[in-house]
Amino acid sequence: MSTITETSPAAAETSAAPEQQWHRPTYWPFVLPALIVVLAVIVFPWLFTIWMSFNEWKVGSPTTFVGFANYLRLPNDPRFVEAVGHTIVYTALSVILPLIFGTLAAVVFHQRFAGRGFLRGVFIMPMMATPVAIALVWTMMFHPQLGVLNYLLSLVGLPPQLWVFNPATVIPSLVLVETWQWTPLVMLIVLGGLAAIPTEPYESAEIDGAGFWQMFRYITLPLIMPFLFIAGMIRMIDAVKSFDIIFAITQGGPGSASETINLYLYSVAFVYYDLGYGSAIAVVFFLLIVLLAAVLLYLRKRMLWTEIGGGA
Amino acid sequence: MSPRQLLGRIGLWFSVFIIVSPAILFFLWMISLSLKYEIDNAAYPPVFIPEQFAWKNYTDVLASNRFLTYFVNSLVVTGSATLLAMLVGVPAGYGIARMAAHKSAIVILIARITPGLSYLIPLFLLFQWLGLLGTLVPQIIIHLVVTVPIVIWIMIGYFETTPLELEEAARIDGATRWQVFRHVALPIARPGLAVAFILAVIFSWNNFVFGIVLAGRETRTLPVAVYNMISFDQLSWGPLAAAALLVTFPVLLLTVFAQRQIVAGLTAGAVKGG
Repeated sequence: MSTITETSPAAAETSAAPEQQWHRPTYWPFVLPALIVVLAVIVFPWLFTIWMSFNEWKVGSPTTFVGFANYLRLPNDPRFVEAVGHTIVYTALSVILPLIFGTLAAVVFHQRFAGRGFLRGVFIMPMMATPVAIALVWTMMFHPQLGVLNYLLSLVGLPPQLWVFNPATVIPSLVLVETWQWTPLVMLIVLGGLAAIPTEPYESAEIDGAGFWQMFRYITLPLIMPFLFIAGMIRMIDAVKSFDIIFAITQGGPGSASETINLYLYSVAFVYYDLGYGSAIAVVFFLLIVLLAAVLLYLRKRMLWTEIGGGA
Repeated sequence: MSPRQLLGRIGLWFSVFIIVSPAILFFLWMISLSLKYEIDNAAYPPVFIPEQFAWKNYTDVLASNRFLTYFVNSLVVTGSATLLAMLVGVPAGYGIARMAAHKSAIVILIARITPGLSYLIPLFLLFQWLGLLGTLVPQIIIHLVVTVPIVIWIMIGYFETTPLELEEAARIDGATRWQVFRHVALPIARPGLAVAFILAVIFSWNNFVFGIVLAGRETRTLPVAVYNMISFDQLSWGPLAAAALLVTFPVLLLTVFAQRQIVAGLTAGAVKGG
């Protein structure tokens, strides 16, 4: 309310006021509807989640305030601890592999060749396609007897695998899908980085007789580092929260071998309807993501410093 | 062309082939699965192109009136969530860009980082309390969590790059702030509107997690409906693959035809829903 009363006298002045002053407060009417929506569907749920996490709240029974009890349950909940482990492994692999393949793909797409635009469109199809539809086809491909993946392995003389049906290989198999799906995003971001690199360093390196690999290692890689960091950060945030692919292919199984924090959160909140505990998991999960992002940002700062300090 | 250049060309085409083949082969296999009878889908070694195409897989899916219901549901949820997001998000992006209120973008970032499930718990209770759970309204509202941040984020970026001179000229001519927005800023930002619209549509259409919690039997969107098909007919791969392809077909079509806009939007904001 106060913003509205403040804006009207300012609006009256604007026609005479210099350019510097006419914007600031008067743009509030443009932002207000969105602000209401954001408050309703983003900020309110957040505050409500935090409040719920301090309550024992199961659907159908009365709520009681329990303080930090829900949070204290977490370290003693073996399924949660296990889920944290799965999430770390899944995320680490799902960041590193797309970064490697995405960078290689970007180097190729940076070249000029016929049909590049169309092929780039084809290349990004995996990340735009509906994840559940994709997951369904991967499930068929992973099938131990009828799946096409075991047939492909047999062509190169490798023994058949159980893929997502074996607790030991389920996470790597899911990472395979995640990598296939999200390598294009890394490629696009790195491609943007490559486009910004001037050609001079390459020309002088070529005169000095540098090979392709040397140029990549000493010119391209350092210059695209900031873009790789952004790509890695986005990948990390998405991989940690990955849900559709895991849920549709394994539901966290076999047993709980591929249950990540997000899947466990789903079970607690919407299978057991333990909403108080689920909220506590949601809060801790969010803080974990923020912490990871902060660590990455810190590492980036450190790296920038050592690069300047070392002169390498 | 010297032999060395020729070798380079061949190497390049070989790399392109290697890089694009996982995507191409996957979707070709998806089409193949969807066009085969069960005998061919269960054959070993696998059949890639069958002797007889099972068009029946598609006609069966399309003929079931359930599929039509779910398609309409998807259309209503994605359409409403996208239009509402454009309605509030485009002016907001303009306002934020002109006020240079960059700190407000933090809310968008938080929305980007938050797992979709954490919105579901409180909103699920709220919708239950309001008695809305049997309708499409809860899904439309919760899809705003996906679409609104995308639209605002992309529009901030766009309005920041559009030139101010025209807007100032219009103001000097006596246009109100709303008229300047409506008749000067908006037409210039039309490419940005397309980018925001396309990405919001795609990420809303693809969304799965909100549906599995909020959708009832009659209010499922297509991704949820397809997921439910898995549990019921695990073994009939042909119709399942056909349904999966139909669900994702509009998105794939958009990706190929609007890839310039999609690439621009994704690399500018690097946003993704859910």
